[in-house]
Amino acid sequence: MKFSENWLREWVNPAIKTEELVSQITMAGLEVDEVCAVAEEFTGVVVGQILSAEKHPNADKLKVCQVSDGAETFQVVCGAPNAREGIKVPFAKVGAVLGPDFKIKKAKLRQVESFGMLCAASELGLSDDSDGLLELAESAPVGSGFREYLDLNDSIIDVDLTPNRSDCLSIHGLAREVGVLNQTDLTPVNIVPVEVQIQDTFAVDVQAPQACPRYLGRVIKGVNVKAESPLWLTEKLRRSGVRSIDPIVDITNYVMLELGQPMHAFDLNQLSESIIVRMADEGEKLTLLDGQEISLRADTLVIADKSKPLAMAGIMGGEGSGVSEETQDIFLESAFFAPISLAGKARSYGLHTDSSHRFERGVDAQLQNKAIERATALIVEIAGGQVAPVTEQVSQDNLPKANEVTLRRTKLDQYLAVSISKDQVTDILTRLDLDMVEVTDVHWVTRAPSHRFDIAIEADLIEEVARIYGYENIPANMPTAAVNFTPAAEAQTSIQTMRATLVAQGYQEAITYSFIDKESSLQFVPDVEPVPLENPISAEMGVMRPSLIPGLMKAYLHNQNRQQSRVRMFETGRRFIGSVDALDQLDQQERLAGLIAGTREPEAWYHNSDKVDFYDVKSHIEALFALNDGEMPTYERADVVYLHPGRSAKVIIAGEEVGVFGELHPQFAKSLGCNQTVYLFDLNLEAVLTGKLPVYKVISKFPEVRRDFALLADRETPVASLQKIILDNAGEAFKDVSVFDVYQGQGIDDTKKSVALGLTWQHPSHTLSDEEINKSVEQVLAALEEALGVVVRG
Amino acid sequence: MDEIRVRYLGKKGELTALLKQLANVSAEDRPKFGQLVNEAKGQVQVEIAKRKEILATQALNAKLATETIDITLSGKGQEVGGLHPVTRTQERIENFFRGIGFDVAAGPEIEDDYHNFEALNIPEHHPARAMQDTFYFNANTVLRTHTSPVQVRTMEKTQPPIRIVCPGRVYRCDSDQTHTPMFHQVEGLLIDENISFADLKGVLQQFLNVFFEDDVKTRFRPSYFPFTEPSIEVDIWRINSKGEGSWLEVLGCGMVHPKVLEMSGIDSEKYTGFAFGMGVERFAMLRYRVDDLRMFFENDLRFLKQFK
Repeated sequence: MKFSENWLREWVNPAIKTEELVSQITMAGLEVDEVCAVAEEFTGVVVGQILSAEKHPNADKLKVCQVSDGAETFQVVCGAPNAREGIKVPFAKVGAVLGPDFKIKKAKLRQVESFGMLCAASELGLSDDSDGLLELAESAPVGSGFREYLDLNDSIIDVDLTPNRSDCLSIHGLAREVGVLNQTDLTPVNIVPVEVQIQDTFAVDVQAPQACPRYLGRVIKGVNVKAESPLWLTEKLRRSGVRSIDPIVDITNYVMLELGQPMHAFDLNQLSESIIVRMADEGEKLTLLDGQEISLRADTLVIADKSKPLAMAGIMGGEGSGVSEETQDIFLESAFFAPISLAGKARSYGLHTDSSHRFERGVDAQLQNKAIERATALIVEIAGGQVAPVTEQVSQDNLPKANEVTLRRTKLDQYLAVSISKDQVTDILTRLDLDMVEVTDVHWVTRAPSHRFDIAIEADLIEEVARIYGYENIPANMPTAAVNFTPAAEAQTSIQTMRATLVAQGYQEAITYSFIDKESSLQFVPDVEPVPLENPISAEMGVMRPSLIPGLMKAYLHNQNRQQSRVRMFETGRRFIGSVDALDQLDQQERLAGLIAGTREPEAWYHNSDKVDFYDVKSHIEALFALNDGEMPTYERADVVYLHPGRSAKVIIAGEEVGVFGELHPQFAKSLGCNQTVYLFDLNLEAVLTGKLPVYKVISKFPEVRRDFALLADRETPVASLQKIILDNAGEAFKDVSVFDVYQGQGIDDTKKSVALGLTWQHPSHTLSDEEINKSVEQVLAALEEALGVVVRG
Repeated sequence: MDEIRVRYLGKKGELTALLKQLANVSAEDRPKFGQLVNEAKGQVQVEIAKRKEILATQALNAKLATETIDITLSGKGQEVGGLHPVTRTQERIENFFRGIGFDVAAGPEIEDDYHNFEALNIPEHHPARAMQDTFYFNANTVLRTHTSPVQVRTMEKTQPPIRIVCPGRVYRCDSDQTHTPMFHQVEGLLIDENISFADLKGVLQQFLNVFFEDDVKTRFRPSYFPFTEPSIEVDIWRINSKGEGSWLEVLGCGMVHPKVLEMSGIDSEKYTGFAFGMGVERFAMLRYRVDDLRMFFENDLRFLKQFK
């Protein structure tokens, strides 16, 4: 809410400067967003009147004006299109200074002398409006200082109120708060009911008393809507960001800003028979003030007459029934609409008004009478008219009840860890307008005022006391509760270690959006119907990702298009598979996915331009699984749409697939526009991190024996199957097998490959003899030949 | 060298020959003669050894000279990558709280509205629940708008003392210069007997000092959140590049609302607690002077590689 500091000071005027006031209310929970001066610094500007405006002899667009400052007449050359005889404008005389250093001097414009400058609003820093001279009211006193005339030594303070503090959505409310903080009394405006002159009333039928517990109306006849709103009124509105329209609308807006009660004025002669406050009929039409036609829903409260809805209650008036240039008699409305019945309604129609903003958050339910009297007095003062009595429809049962809330000394002390004296607490609560029902050493029983309906529980009172006492006055402690540390799961690799391992291998961590476009989702994961968002930002972010791969590929392409040819990236995050209709079963598994492309090592002076391949990505995966003592994975051919069928694998742990990796399918590479081969992996993060505690095994004191073989196997035979047979047949002293060469090509049958293996044995309790080793070797070779037709290369 | 050795010390060498003539020397002179010849032999041996050593050193030096390489060329092998600045920041935040005895908790990102809103005392018509702010899947399923549902889930299954931080992705229906539809939060919760506002101030002030490695000037300002009462926003004092200072909001926090405790089955008479939440991106931006939020999710390597 924007307000004029001077207006506030009319209500409460503590002896503090703007800066301190702003910091004070911010620290009381009314956060100030911005403070700006109403006008720029300037001096030497007076209210001037143009006595005559003649065309400049040598310039089409200039005029030569004779301007009076009340005492003397000056010749001023002016280029504004609206410069004309009779109008009053701000006049910067010779010697005036605008802004920091723009000094007005005597000048000659195209041979005509000019003594001063006539100003536009923008030239005085009043607004951005540079469309011609700022025209002042006819009543403006010629010759008086312009700053004083418009009361420009003022600041506009924009305060960002939290939704619980709707009581501060008015000058009165803000003044109340400032008064409490400074222990200063308010000087509230004196509201004297206007004497009733006529007895006209207009029937009001409240059919929805729960939504509208109180409705006040009043007829005022013979108002002059063409009367000019006085400067003090339009300036206050302007400084609150409200445009002046006509005196009646200006006054209802003014009362809303001053007291916090949104009001509405109907043109009495446009109303048929009676006002009916009711819920709308589903589909009923209403054309709003702004011209748009709305189809109402049955959950919406309307103000209607016998024939049709006239206004969306508390939100916006309708076209045709409001005050217009022809209006003579008005029906003034001042109502209390229950917050719950208006909450979210304006927004559901795409609307947001000053009125809906206040009613949704809550208006003081005891304010309506005061507001209607205040508005009446102002209307009579400014636009004249004859006043009829106020009619009031009230449903006491539906009005909010004053909350009785008890604050206990023990709770207060415990919450704030500081002891505030009984008198001080009582003083703070009393200043906040709470009734003290009972005050003892152990508690305060209070009743909240009608404007503080947000105070409902003990914690609310604690907050109020703390707020006024000052959050800055509450000490800072480190809590000393007993620490119960959760046992650290050592068998689990920490995600930090996992990330560090990938980082050491040159990976850069990426974070991609959890939502992707449906098309890529189906392209990469065709067998999963992705979970769609009901209100996505865009189709590009329309569904929850069933895999991290599409997002990573997008990131890859982003970098490829920026000449980044060597890419290693990984990401951890959830994937989403299933249906929101069965939320419990929706798979939101954490995954670890990554990709590599380009050279194995960064380009350098030694010959290292080899590109990465399948076995690079495999080694990275294996490094992760090797981080703890968990089971190492086995591999099977994968059948994944986006991976090369011959160069991809499933990662299997304890018989269960925990992920896949391999080369991006050439067709995908082509359609996505990859200019090199990309290798991908996608793993269950939990599986990567799960391991075992290491268990010490005794180190043998006896020597290791190694035998190397070159074997001929069918090309299709996986080396892993050779290793498996060796493991099963090499005897109890067998230790390890390493593969140190795989060769196929010249010198070997086309259908065969040569596999060079190194086998090692070591016995825990004796030195192995040649005979023992030979026996194991024979067993191994025999088993290999029998199972796989593998023979020793001749 | 060998020639010299053979010439003097070899089987047919000159000194060897002299020794062979020992028999011809008179018995009287024989010992002396022998001694002289042996001394001479010894001297020759020593000189030869010395010379050999000199030559070996020279040869080694010559060899080393030929083996000299350009030590300014780069080392071989992999260059290291790096963590995403958001992760790096998140870990830094987590580490502080782990250090003072908090556990790290995680939970689902697609949430039911009970855990995301209702259990946090956010009523049905609250502005935050509007479509403009929250991503919906259907009337009662949302993308979590904060990590608070993890706190609710923890409270539902654990009795105090509870000390947790909940880092993770959160989502709001907002996309412009200063908002991304996904971002990261770390929220925390401490519930125990006798936890006070003063504890909240102490912990968060310490956290800010530790995170920024400085005595951070802060102000704890009253605010409003439906799930805390009193509610507080924490501003820190920042000096910009022009030397101008201003307050910047970095944390939302407060004493857990008694209703929130009760709804999750915690006795609000016996226990109190505080909760806090912060945006990880904001801390990363402050820490590393990143001025464009959107960079975090473009995954441009030229950006990411700046964080080693």
